[in-house]
Amino acid sequence: MDNIKITLKQNIRQYGMFIALVFIMIFFQFLTGGVLLKPLNVSNLIMQNSYVLILAIGMLLTILTGYIDLSVGSVAGFIGAISAVFIIQMNMPVWLAIIISLLVGALIGAWQGFWIAYIRIPAFIVTLAGMLIFRGLTMVILQGQTLAPFPNSYTGVSSGFIPDFIGSAFGVTGINMLTILVGIIASVMYVFSEFRSRKEKQKYKFDVPSMPFFIAKLALVIFVINLFTYWLNLYKGIPSVLVLLGALILIYSFITSKTIAGRHIYAFGGNEKAAKLSGVKTNRVFFWVYVNMGVLAAVAGIVFAGRLNAATPKAGVNFELDAIAACYIGGASASGGIGTVFGCIVGGLIMGVLNNGMSIMGISVDWQQTIKGFVLLAAVAFDVFTKKRK
Amino acid sequence: MENVILEMRNITKLFPGVRALNNVNLKVKENQIHALVGENGAGKSTLMNVLSGVYPHGTYTGQIFFKGEECIFKDIKDSEKKGIAIIHQELALVPYLSIAENMFLGNEQAKNGIIDWGQTISKASEYLSRVGLKENPNTLIKDIGVGKQQLVEIAKALAKDVKLLILDEPTAALNEEDSAHLLEIIVDLKKHGIPSIIISHKLNEIEQVADEITVIRDGATIETLVKGVDDTSEDRIIKGMVGREITDRWPQRESKVGDVYFEVKNWNVYDPEDETRLFLKNINMNVRRGEVVGIAGLMGSGRTELAMSIFGRAFGGKITGSIIKDGKELEIKDVGDAIANGIAYLTEDRKSAGLILIDDIKNNISLAAMKKISTNFVIDSNREIQVAEEYRKKLNIKTPSILQKTGNLSGGNQQKVMLSRWIFADPDVLILDEPTRGIDVGAKYEIYTIINQLAAEGKAVIIISSELPEILGMSDRVYVMNEGRIVGELDKANASQESIMRCIMQSNREG
Repeated sequence: MDNIKITLKQNIRQYGMFIALVFIMIFFQFLTGGVLLKPLNVSNLIMQNSYVLILAIGMLLTILTGYIDLSVGSVAGFIGAISAVFIIQMNMPVWLAIIISLLVGALIGAWQGFWIAYIRIPAFIVTLAGMLIFRGLTMVILQGQTLAPFPNSYTGVSSGFIPDFIGSAFGVTGINMLTILVGIIASVMYVFSEFRSRKEKQKYKFDVPSMPFFIAKLALVIFVINLFTYWLNLYKGIPSVLVLLGALILIYSFITSKTIAGRHIYAFGGNEKAAKLSGVKTNRVFFWVYVNMGVLAAVAGIVFAGRLNAATPKAGVNFELDAIAACYIGGASASGGIGTVFGCIVGGLIMGVLNNGMSIMGISVDWQQTIKGFVLLAAVAFDVFTKKRK
Repeated sequence: MENVILEMRNITKLFPGVRALNNVNLKVKENQIHALVGENGAGKSTLMNVLSGVYPHGTYTGQIFFKGEECIFKDIKDSEKKGIAIIHQELALVPYLSIAENMFLGNEQAKNGIIDWGQTISKASEYLSRVGLKENPNTLIKDIGVGKQQLVEIAKALAKDVKLLILDEPTAALNEEDSAHLLEIIVDLKKHGIPSIIISHKLNEIEQVADEITVIRDGATIETLVKGVDDTSEDRIIKGMVGREITDRWPQRESKVGDVYFEVKNWNVYDPEDETRLFLKNINMNVRRGEVVGIAGLMGSGRTELAMSIFGRAFGGKITGSIIKDGKELEIKDVGDAIANGIAYLTEDRKSAGLILIDDIKNNISLAAMKKISTNFVIDSNREIQVAEEYRKKLNIKTPSILQKTGNLSGGNQQKVMLSRWIFADPDVLILDEPTRGIDVGAKYEIYTIINQLAAEGKAVIIISSELPEILGMSDRVYVMNEGRIVGELDKANASQESIMRCIMQSNREG
């Protein structure tokens, strides 16, 4: 019981932000006269924020090490530009162009990681330089022009929907069978994994929540999953980018919370000296965090170019700031070692809902910026106050 | 009878759970050099912090009289105003400012907030010549050696019109020549009417310059020796410093010492900052199975650096020599290799180099051996909890939960978490650096018991400690280190506080 209390206490910031997200959604649902949560707008919300959320996942890892990456917006723009050159100007197959783009992202990450981890130039400076370098190179490659349009197979990643092949196979109309089925399968998998982890815990003779409590929790989660897929079904079904985003969230949650590599990142950020004296290869950890950031920046670049259906010299400007803000709002600590993937996604969604809600209400961009700034400050101030009270 | 310039009367200072000073009395006379000696942790620094206002009036009991007036210092500024200047072991100079700028830092030669550089430089030159330092006042502090920096500190004190100078281990970081010069300057200042209090471990220097010597032990004044009246030889001072009876503070252990198991041979380690400077010189040592070996030495003697250089080259630039375990030479390139080869090192500084204070107990325990609870690099978190619970019970870590952040634990419990980490890594050789620093007596006893158990299991244990009684109480054999060398090896029968101190003093004399 004490364990549960302490876990709750330590995660209060995250749950707090999650509750804040729910309230902000309800709030805008009223102010926008119910537009915010219309099926069309929910799909929009996901697609509009996907690239910032992808960047936020990578950014979380750099923030866990205690630093940030300022170059990701420029890198995303740069990758969008080279993929446009490959596909539109050189007629390269889309799959090949995407693979090469991802590799270039990894190389950029390795380049910055080398200076940061092995030469130990402060990450702030290296990535500030990267921000200028890759913004400059984007303009060089595009010669100040916009390259468009992309073929459908490229834009499909970010603005397409998964076709309802099950529904069409059985000739069902009026309901998106695939989407509904995905909801059901996800529910079954969730129930299965929860039961397995409960059994494991019992095997170790740990305390587990009582059966009624356990069932209630399962029922709630199943309800939310299926409501969500039902809602998506009311528009065009599952956006393809949601599949990508969902996979990234699952993979990175797993890496950060369950693997040795993830633990090493937290240890590095928590106390680098201690990590080193416990056998963590600190330079290597540091290096790979930036390689990973490069790859995810490339993914975000492709998604953004696909959504815009064009590569422009200004693509990705200020994305880094949104990604960093998402992590901090989601409970990551600026000094490193604290933060979760779930938290940074919640943080990103708070920013996204604010943007979207205010846009629907017709609030001008200048006021949107101002309000977002206050939200960031308030979220972190809340964090500082709760820590002091302890 | 000479005039007393400073008198500290019945000073008592309490820290939570510890009586750091107990009715300490100190009298310093005009035109004298007064030495304050005692072991590490005896209370010398605490006493000087009381005097200089680091611990303000009201946080201690007792009275301070300076030049006949009672002093009530609220902070360091107050004591500086009276002319009491303290020069700490770690110098308080700004490396990228010039000598002159440092000398007048907080005491700027200025009119209406605008610095008068002409006056600054000319005054700086004047004070520099008084301390015999021939340097351009515009030279940056980082470009002059530690010895000269020490002199700049003294010049800085003179610039503030110092009436009493306090020097904490002024020669600890200096070579012989610089030390001699510094001592000359102090004697010269005395002749010009500025008395000083000097804290030092180098008893030969004290014997040479001090007029009176006050010995502090366990937070109490033991005696004051007057030159020319009492015996002020090194041996006499040592007796005063360590003269405590060793009581039964150590759990009994029947040592079953086996064959030589772990050896360090011809170990030379260069300074990582300065590739030409040999930091550890030709170290040879060994540990047997089931043996507890102590490494004694003063602060800065190289004990920690030796341990860290053995532990996967965590200290040092170029390193030569070999490490042999169980007859086989080990190939160790980094800390990971050292752990894989069964070596563990418990750091002396658990807060900055040991624990991840923002993380919980369970993650801190598993940190060095996560592979033991993982399959395919995926951590079994249930197993991890089980391990943590096991060590919580075994080592009696007092906490409501293993999910508690280690930063919230007391020192003793933090130390137990560190020990758990290394015991869980299941090493053959354990190097414990200051295993009981800053923890209470009860927890100390528990940790000694754990160490004894480890030895009984046949592990080779090395203990580094600044507390000589601890070394003597725990070790089967003691190596004495001084200035990067091993200067003595004593078996249990011959090891005593006096013999260890004698090894150190002798090597100092030989230089």
